[in-house]
Amino acid sequence: MKPFTVLDAKAAPLMEQNVNTDIIIPIHRLRDVAQAELGPYAFEPWRYLPDGSDNPEFFLNKPAFKGAEIVVADENFACGSSREGAVWAIMGMGVRAVIAPSFGPIFFNNCFQNGVLPIQLDRADVLAIAAELEGATRPGANSEPRLAIDLESRTVTTPSGRKIEFHVDGIRRDALLKGLNEVALTLTREAEIAAHQATARKATPWLYPTGD
Amino acid sequence: MPGQTLFDKIWDRHVIADLGDDYALLHVSRHLMHDGGGRGLQMIKDQGYTVRNPDLTFATFDHVISTEPGRTHDTLKPHAARLYAMRDLAKAAGIKLFDLGQPGQGIVHVMGPEQGITLPGVLLVCGDSHTCTHGGLGAIAFGVGATEVIHVLATQSLVQRRPKRMRVTFDGKAAPGVTPKDLILALIGQIGAAGGTGFAVEYAGTAIRDMEVEGRLTVCNLSIELGAKIGMVAPDDKTFAFLKGRPYAPAGAQWDRAVADWRTLPSDADAAFDVEVTVDVNRIIPQITWGTSPEHVIPVTGKIPHPSSVADPDKQKALQAALDYMGLTAGTPIQETKIDWVFIGSCTNSRLSDLRDAAKIARGRKVAGHVRAWVVPGSENIKRQAEAEGLHTVFLDAGFEWREPGCSMCLAVNGDTIAPGQRSVSTSNRNFVGRQGPGGRTHLASPAMAAAAAIAGRIADVRSI
Repeated sequence: MKPFTVLDAKAAPLMEQNVNTDIIIPIHRLRDVAQAELGPYAFEPWRYLPDGSDNPEFFLNKPAFKGAEIVVADENFACGSSREGAVWAIMGMGVRAVIAPSFGPIFFNNCFQNGVLPIQLDRADVLAIAAELEGATRPGANSEPRLAIDLESRTVTTPSGRKIEFHVDGIRRDALLKGLNEVALTLTREAEIAAHQATARKATPWLYPTGD
Repeated sequence: MPGQTLFDKIWDRHVIADLGDDYALLHVSRHLMHDGGGRGLQMIKDQGYTVRNPDLTFATFDHVISTEPGRTHDTLKPHAARLYAMRDLAKAAGIKLFDLGQPGQGIVHVMGPEQGITLPGVLLVCGDSHTCTHGGLGAIAFGVGATEVIHVLATQSLVQRRPKRMRVTFDGKAAPGVTPKDLILALIGQIGAAGGTGFAVEYAGTAIRDMEVEGRLTVCNLSIELGAKIGMVAPDDKTFAFLKGRPYAPAGAQWDRAVADWRTLPSDADAAFDVEVTVDVNRIIPQITWGTSPEHVIPVTGKIPHPSSVADPDKQKALQAALDYMGLTAGTPIQETKIDWVFIGSCTNSRLSDLRDAAKIARGRKVAGHVRAWVVPGSENIKRQAEAEGLHTVFLDAGFEWREPGCSMCLAVNGDTIAPGQRSVSTSNRNFVGRQGPGGRTHLASPAMAAAAAIAGRIADVRSI
């Protein structure tokens, strides 16, 4: 997994609530397209017009936000289906971080498994960030729609220079900073897993239909 | 010491190691797989790991299979290779797979409880968000992503943060025509699609205690549509009666020992929850969704809401977008909405009691001429039981199609789709944009309401049929 330390990049607001993972990657693409090639299908139902050309209204098609590596989203972002393809698809577009007031719980975990940082902030802060990003794209604005995320110091810096602190669980932060593989880490705990299972087999033997 | 919740009791007995920050390495006592996520077995092989406990993983085919009568593995040619590959990989790994045509095959969230694989007190995961269904038997059950599936296969464990606890008390008695589906839809309407985000939800109250196990599975199934990946109901005598004699349920002396243990699982009287919600069941009338999120739900007697009925401008925008996608006009009674399709099935509502409810409405009546209506039983066993009761002839005589078990038109990944612009009343769980096929429009409702819509040719109040 690619480590995540600092990210100073273009950021784009998608201020809709309850954006679901069916929108982020339609199921038939997930079925038919290889993991590394999902990028062009991210947000497919919104991103293209019926003739296949770019929908100019779609947030990441707007010239000011094209190529954004950070998405700023609203409540319950990426709710619904557990499909990890939702993370693979936004990664395929170049996205490395998402900021939202809340996330679909399975998507939230899936992000960490792929080196994508989901940042949870108060909705007021998220709305303020989104407003700053929009403001930065207006004619005459002397800033760019960019955010600087520092995982070490757990801060987001907005175009106006405002620093917002965020919480990220220690174990998740460590794994991102170092690019750790969780399966490999857990395999080093094999003795503990075996001991737990031996105890559980004695306490609740009915859970082990073919157990020893 | 303060009392413990059902959730905490089960969580604590699965902790292998405390990782700090409310995180734990948890033992996974049951793992389920389906053909939609079947790549996991190939991925674990490619990454050089082996399956640690094949005896604790069970697999079936449901997502990409045909549901056409008489189907085989080869009916859907493009997906046949995936089925054969998964069958071979499962066999090589020593994982039990319920194959097409075998008792046990079915939608993975129907199969687990039906086979007695899901039991009270287990921690069960599956690469599918509707895994929360299994909590209806008094288990911690949740959906995981593809990488977490590999973690489970390789280590029989998972790293998770302990969620907060919410209790939803359904007080009162459901009126005739009001089903478990209506109760959970009403809750989603009450607290919103993000109302349960970050929580493990326990459903309690008189209406839950009165409810049969199949209904509890329906209630828990929609937890994820509330934003909660875990929903659960305390096990009781109804749970034990449901499980007794099932193929993988304990038997003999083990059964008695298990039941004695399961009786200790319900939340203690003084257990504290982070949030408490109460739903007045007496006031619930049959529910139907009008929009593109399960929270866009109204009583069937209601009118399609105006976006201006909410204050938040972002919400207003979302409501207008939903109206546009659904092709509906605010202020119109929803019962005037003409439909093209009815789908009775899915891990939400494809169990025997659901089919009986729908058949009661269909018996002696005819599906409206312009409506195509499907009944897709949740499993091979349900299909056989329904046929033994003659339910299939009730449906067929009324003009419904009677199909083979699978996920089918709930997520339409097997090609069971409705055409762009068509409108469906569906007993499934998601009315998302394009869920039943690109451009398709979905209204969620109970099996009885779906059957009523099929007969009326429009959204209808089941109580008036």
